[in-house]
Amino acid sequence: MGLDFHIDHLQLLSPAGEASESAGPIAEDAQLLRRLYRAMNRTRVFDAKAVALQRTGKLGTFASALGQEAIGVGVAAAMAPHDLLAPSYRDHGAQFLRGVSITEILLYWGGDARGSDFKAARADFPICVPVGTQVAHAVGAAYAFKLRKEPRVVATFVGDGGSNNGGFYEALNMAGVWRAPLVVVINNNGWAISTPRTIGTAAESLAQKAIAAGVLGRQVDGNDVLAVHVAAREAIEKARDGGGPTVIEAISYRLGDHTTADDATRYRDPEDLKAAWAREPISRLRAYLAAKGFWDREQETALLKQCGEEVEAEVARYLSTPAPKSDAMFEHLYATLPPAMRLQLEEARRFAPGEGDGHG
Amino acid sequence: MAEVTLVEAVNLALAHEMQRDADVLLLGEDIGVNGGVFRATNGLLGRFGRERVIDTPLAEAGIAGVAIGMAAMGLKPVAEIQFSGFIYPAIDHIINHASRLRNRTRGRLTCPMVLRSPCGAGIHAPEHHSESPEAMFAHMPGLRVVIPSTPARAYGLLLASIRDPDPVMFFEPTRLYRLFREEVADDGEALPLDSCFVSREGRDATVVTWGATHYDVLAAAEQLGEEGIDIEVVDVATLKPLDFDTILASVEKTGRCVIAHEAPRTAGFGAEIAAQICERGLYFLQAPIKRVTGYDVVVPLSRLEKQYMPSVERIADGVKQVMEAQ
Repeated sequence: MGLDFHIDHLQLLSPAGEASESAGPIAEDAQLLRRLYRAMNRTRVFDAKAVALQRTGKLGTFASALGQEAIGVGVAAAMAPHDLLAPSYRDHGAQFLRGVSITEILLYWGGDARGSDFKAARADFPICVPVGTQVAHAVGAAYAFKLRKEPRVVATFVGDGGSNNGGFYEALNMAGVWRAPLVVVINNNGWAISTPRTIGTAAESLAQKAIAAGVLGRQVDGNDVLAVHVAAREAIEKARDGGGPTVIEAISYRLGDHTTADDATRYRDPEDLKAAWAREPISRLRAYLAAKGFWDREQETALLKQCGEEVEAEVARYLSTPAPKSDAMFEHLYATLPPAMRLQLEEARRFAPGEGDGHG
Repeated sequence: MAEVTLVEAVNLALAHEMQRDADVLLLGEDIGVNGGVFRATNGLLGRFGRERVIDTPLAEAGIAGVAIGMAAMGLKPVAEIQFSGFIYPAIDHIINHASRLRNRTRGRLTCPMVLRSPCGAGIHAPEHHSESPEAMFAHMPGLRVVIPSTPARAYGLLLASIRDPDPVMFFEPTRLYRLFREEVADDGEALPLDSCFVSREGRDATVVTWGATHYDVLAAAEQLGEEGIDIEVVDVATLKPLDFDTILASVEKTGRCVIAHEAPRTAGFGAEIAAQICERGLYFLQAPIKRVTGYDVVVPLSRLEKQYMPSVERIADGVKQVMEAQ
């Protein structure tokens, strides 16, 4: 890397669903593409249900990934089970592929810490709310893998807003120095709540932020799951082979509100939103799959039915999970509860509500 | 057994634990080749290599953050923040992540890290190099807060902190780093993280203290002894979780209590101790509690720092006030 730099931009599937000539073997891998397509749809069906649950008072504030399904799915599908995910709060698309359950994600947003006690993906970090801080955790974990010579790679997600955060720069800088086995994915969805990307940074790309840390940065069309997946796979393989970290800026668009507590109509031009819908990731992949004969109407109907049923079953599981007891606040605070805290635990017990205090 | 300074005791404990446990590693600014600005990590790079003694970029938030990632994956990082005046950028990670990782994942992930940081005034240091921020961390659930007051306690408490399965804030009073020597056996024996030390037994009044002020309280005890006032000195040492029973037992015995610390008074950790005495030991008291502390001012630059810190004279005066009260 010299003093001149170039940011590569990868798009393999156009918004109309046409594969580029350089798309390579992935464009013919029907099995993989169907897997990615199913996972993206599952995420979208879940998102719609989660927002509906919030609107009806059955879920707390929730951050939808609507329109950004290709990013989480494309990256997580490229990870090995023993790799590690350090997610932000909009990455359940990736978490589902890691084995985190829909019930767990609902419990988390429903105000129950058991949602972060993943039954699968035991080593993965929990959802990270303080923006950008997860990048440092990912770097530390990657350092641990490198030190122990374990062939594991860490993937972390951060938003365009998070990439303006000091924690992002500090962590990335360290990752560069240590050649940490790490992939940092910037989900550039155009918005940091109400702050558009254009006033978030004057940098022409977010990927170029990697250059200053001596790290490879590249851009992909984040609505093109083929491009996301190929870029992630290359970055993960490179990291596993000792080639150090990569930053992937995945350009997408936040089709929903920031969270259910936000109302994007206050600050967003409806025309922009309309234009963004024309580039969204699921319909373009569907068009491609259909044109290739990899997918038909029957499969589509069956998939949506299956996703809907599965989500409903998980929602039922979530809604029937009894609220934790007050002791849970004190449990796992330290490995052993300090004796001095026993009185507080007993005080909480004494004033705890009776049985039957469910959600909402 | 060798006589060592407090900073040498820190070095001994780090070396001992790195030798014993391959998961222990150090990271921080200037800790490797330079051995730390106070030489706390002197010689450790040569012994353990740069993979385990990491000279980091100048980035306190990053240091705390990567230490969390390492700890969550089972390493036992001991991170150094060069001065506690520079710890504030790291607070986001310490409070939002280190302190609660175990709790929020229901024990699935843990954070067995130590964050060491020199603290306190009295060494003619520049601005921002003399802070005493322990109460801020003692306020935060999920953390342990430790401040040694002697070389032997520094050695034993640091070993215990590294071995502890939860995050520990370990503040080292810079004024004590080389103030005196004491015999420390490098025997790997840890001290408990949940009990105060009774440094001196006495009948007339209890002085509860920690850190560098402990040294001055002992000096005041000698002086007061000559005047016929026999004070008991409790070195809190492990502020969080607090062993209040030892403090309460002492106050029950003496009926009088002075709390002496270098940090500012308002919402200082002395306020917590005073409140607990009021809740659980009010009727033991024969006089109102007296706090002798740093003032509620910005830690002054070096020309005034001696007037800021609780001096032997101020501590003795505080004890006399509780002795005179009826």
